[in-house]
Amino acid sequence: MQTDLAVDKIIVQEADFDVAAEYQRLAGDPAIGAVVMFVGRVRDLNPQPELVSLHLEHYPAMTAKALQQIVESARERWPLDAVTVIHRVGALQPAEQIVLVLTASAHRIAAYAANTYIMDYLKTKAPFWKKEVSAAHSVWVEARESDQEAQQRWERENDAGCSGIGGGRSAPNGGA
Amino acid sequence: MLNVLYFARLRDALGVAQEEIPEGAATVRELVAQLVARGEVWQQELGGARVFRVAINQEMAQLDDAIPANAEVALFPPVTGG
Repeated sequence: MQTDLAVDKIIVQEADFDVAAEYQRLAGDPAIGAVVMFVGRVRDLNPQPELVSLHLEHYPAMTAKALQQIVESARERWPLDAVTVIHRVGALQPAEQIVLVLTASAHRIAAYAANTYIMDYLKTKAPFWKKEVSAAHSVWVEARESDQEAQQRWERENDAGCSGIGGGRSAPNGGA
Repeated sequence: MLNVLYFARLRDALGVAQEEIPEGAATVRELVAQLVARGEVWQQELGGARVFRVAINQEMAQLDDAIPANAEVALFPPVTGG
């Protein structure tokens, strides 16, 4: 194996990323039966006609730590063979890629669930902030209640001690 | 000294990105009260209905969490990444 997939690839960068290259990184590992890749993109949020770009700021010392903790906690819940998280910062134009979350497992249910889990936590716990910038002015994007609810759903699952979608510790081999 | 950082909308509103504050506040709640006492925009941003988050040494914290010596304390709006 050329790459060590046991080591999570977690990167914050200004540069764009190549989805095909990230997928290719898993090539040759026969343990991986399922790969889920989520890409978040800049959507044209604003009804106003002038071109709006997005500026993404973060808290570097905390971002690395927070992403690592989120991925570690996903690995505790599901049997994952590889995890990649790439989040961009800086100036981004509509339709550009912002974030990639790749989860690979023996079976699809774990890969899907872990991917959703990582995104739900990233959106509520990782210190990134978006600002919409237009020619006339710039506005910080407000946090959404629906993102908070999506994340809290996993906390409730913990409290209830059940595994929920995708199987948790009690059923680590959810089955594809 | 505490190293206090402000990010995103909160930094813009308060007009400061970083400052050193002498030790004294035992908890996040006490530190926030100290900042709110500055009045004006500090009162508006940290003393009212506006929601904000706090991290101590790069970990999310709650109002009653203790602040260790020489901590890095960050105040910021709810996050909006992804």
